[in-house]
Amino acid sequence: MSELTLVAGQLFNGISVASILLLVAIGLALSFGLMRVINMAHGEMLMMGGYLTYVSVSIFGKGAGFAIGLVVAFVGTALFGALLEVTLIRRLYGRPLDTLLATWGVSLILQQAARSIFGPVGVEVTAPAWLAGTLSLGGSALTGLSFPAVRLFIIVLAAAVLGGVGFTIARTRLGLLVRAVHENRPIAEALGTNTRLVDLAVFSLGTGIAGVAGSALALIAPVTPTVGQSYIVYAFLVVIVGGLGSLTGTLAAAVAIGVFSAAAQVFTSTSFADVLLLLCVIAFMQFRPRGIIAQRSRALDEG
Amino acid sequence: MRTRIVFATVLAVAAFAPLYLPPYELSLLARFLAFAVLALGISLIWGTGGILSLGQGVFFGLGGYAIAMHLKLAGADAGGLPDFMQWSGLDTLPWWWAPFRSPAVALAAVVLVPGAVAAALSYLVFRRRVTGSYFAIITQALTLAAATFIISQQQFTGGFNGLTGFTSAFGFLLADSRTQVGLYWITLAVLALAFVATRTLQTSAFGKVLLAIRDGENRVRFLGYDPLPFKVIAFVFAGVLAGISGALVTLDLGVISPAMFGVVPSIEMVIWVAIGGRRSLVGAIVGTLVVNFGKDFVSSAFPELWLYVVGAVFVLVVTIAPQGLVGLVTLRRRLPRAGVRTAAALE
Repeated sequence: MSELTLVAGQLFNGISVASILLLVAIGLALSFGLMRVINMAHGEMLMMGGYLTYVSVSIFGKGAGFAIGLVVAFVGTALFGALLEVTLIRRLYGRPLDTLLATWGVSLILQQAARSIFGPVGVEVTAPAWLAGTLSLGGSALTGLSFPAVRLFIIVLAAAVLGGVGFTIARTRLGLLVRAVHENRPIAEALGTNTRLVDLAVFSLGTGIAGVAGSALALIAPVTPTVGQSYIVYAFLVVIVGGLGSLTGTLAAAVAIGVFSAAAQVFTSTSFADVLLLLCVIAFMQFRPRGIIAQRSRALDEG
Repeated sequence: MRTRIVFATVLAVAAFAPLYLPPYELSLLARFLAFAVLALGISLIWGTGGILSLGQGVFFGLGGYAIAMHLKLAGADAGGLPDFMQWSGLDTLPWWWAPFRSPAVALAAVVLVPGAVAAALSYLVFRRRVTGSYFAIITQALTLAAATFIISQQQFTGGFNGLTGFTSAFGFLLADSRTQVGLYWITLAVLALAFVATRTLQTSAFGKVLLAIRDGENRVRFLGYDPLPFKVIAFVFAGVLAGISGALVTLDLGVISPAMFGVVPSIEMVIWVAIGGRRSLVGAIVGTLVVNFGKDFVSSAFPELWLYVVGAVFVLVVTIAPQGLVGLVTLRRRLPRAGVRTAAALE
């Protein structure tokens, strides 16, 4: 392997990690940015999506099962998110730190529930035949590199989801309302927007996307009761580095953190890469405390 | 005056615990009182200062490792290496281990190392006015990074198993029941001192400014105060308390490992204070004792249930009783007298 293929391979790994981080972080960015809700149970939506995919693959077989699972994961976690919003999040409006603690309680319950239903050991979802192969590039400077189809699929999926959310926010009526509430909640409310409904829609869209992320993740790693925990901290870092409520920022931060981790792992161990990542985030916040894309606001105190 | 009498009575009842508690319960109580030292710090920064840290476990761990490194070296043969280093094939002691041979250095490190880390972190982050949820998430990332790092550096830190297998501490045999009683009294004394110190800080002018920062940081700025030193000092104070707590727990339990201070234990520490009542120092101590004794009872009787119970209690406390157990008690006491639900009672 030449230097070039090594760099290209690692870059691919970085983008692959970034696409998963992006899928997890989009939902967080939506609810954090719009509602100032810190959903610690977001990782468990990921886990739930993974288990829903596992269940539908075991019912419908591995070909159609995965495609069905993707839809079931989205709908199932979105519905759960809606339930969570109505019963819990709504009561904690304006207390961001309390949403963090309460949703942590929810995440503990969900983890234990998964453990009781599926057992503590992870379950595997085998990729359907159309995702099993690898794509290799012969006859070019990158000979010898091969890209697993599953990872390519996840990158495409993440891009599609990002595009879909971006389109919804920028071009649809719901998006218009979301932007209005985001910009100035009291005024939007005064003009007759049902802000509670907007909150509900955004929150369940966010958890639904986490379900899709879980579905995708199930293809490359076993689904365990604690799978969400391993992604949630990084996803939050992505949201912070990206800047509140900015999809472009979230995308940039996910790519930066994904590629950084992949690159750091070439030179040091995985654990040292974690430490380096955190130091870099703190260093980054020294000159851009509000993230890559900072929201301009004239409000005095923000959460 | 009345509070002083209550304080003295509670302290006296607790001091005689070795006479009426069986050894196992006494050792539990000692450990939980040591946890309460850390909880006081959380109550100060979170309840009074509005700073939610999900990284108190890191400072707890630093204090614990500082004392454990000394115990490990004291237990090894003269000039020898701790057992786990020999197993991982090291033949010389890393330079940063060497100073911990001296008990004075180790005891100083229990206070200074967590204090220094807390100072550096809080200065860098608060300086750029990063607050609230952002700060909570950064401290959680710090906890994750610290735990992963310590697990990975097995030859220097004992890895996942941590540091354990101490026989004696400062010349006293740890297995001796008299040492255990002594440790209990030391823990109780430290807790009482920490309580008085935190309370003094909280009721002083410093505490007033800290409270004002919680309620309106920018308004405090407009009044001409710089919130930075207040927040940093409070955070360092809480970090030092966490370090002392870690050292005491390490002595009580005879082990310190990443599983004791990772992401989950660090959030649990916040849970103690939330359940007891975040604005009250007594609440912090009560909450720590209630949650930990509850955990000991539930997880030994129904191990499957513990996470359900703690999750549900947590959701309920945060939504229904944000001021915790203490809040419930004081609310009931205030309501009949006030006649109406005043804003102060509901807050």
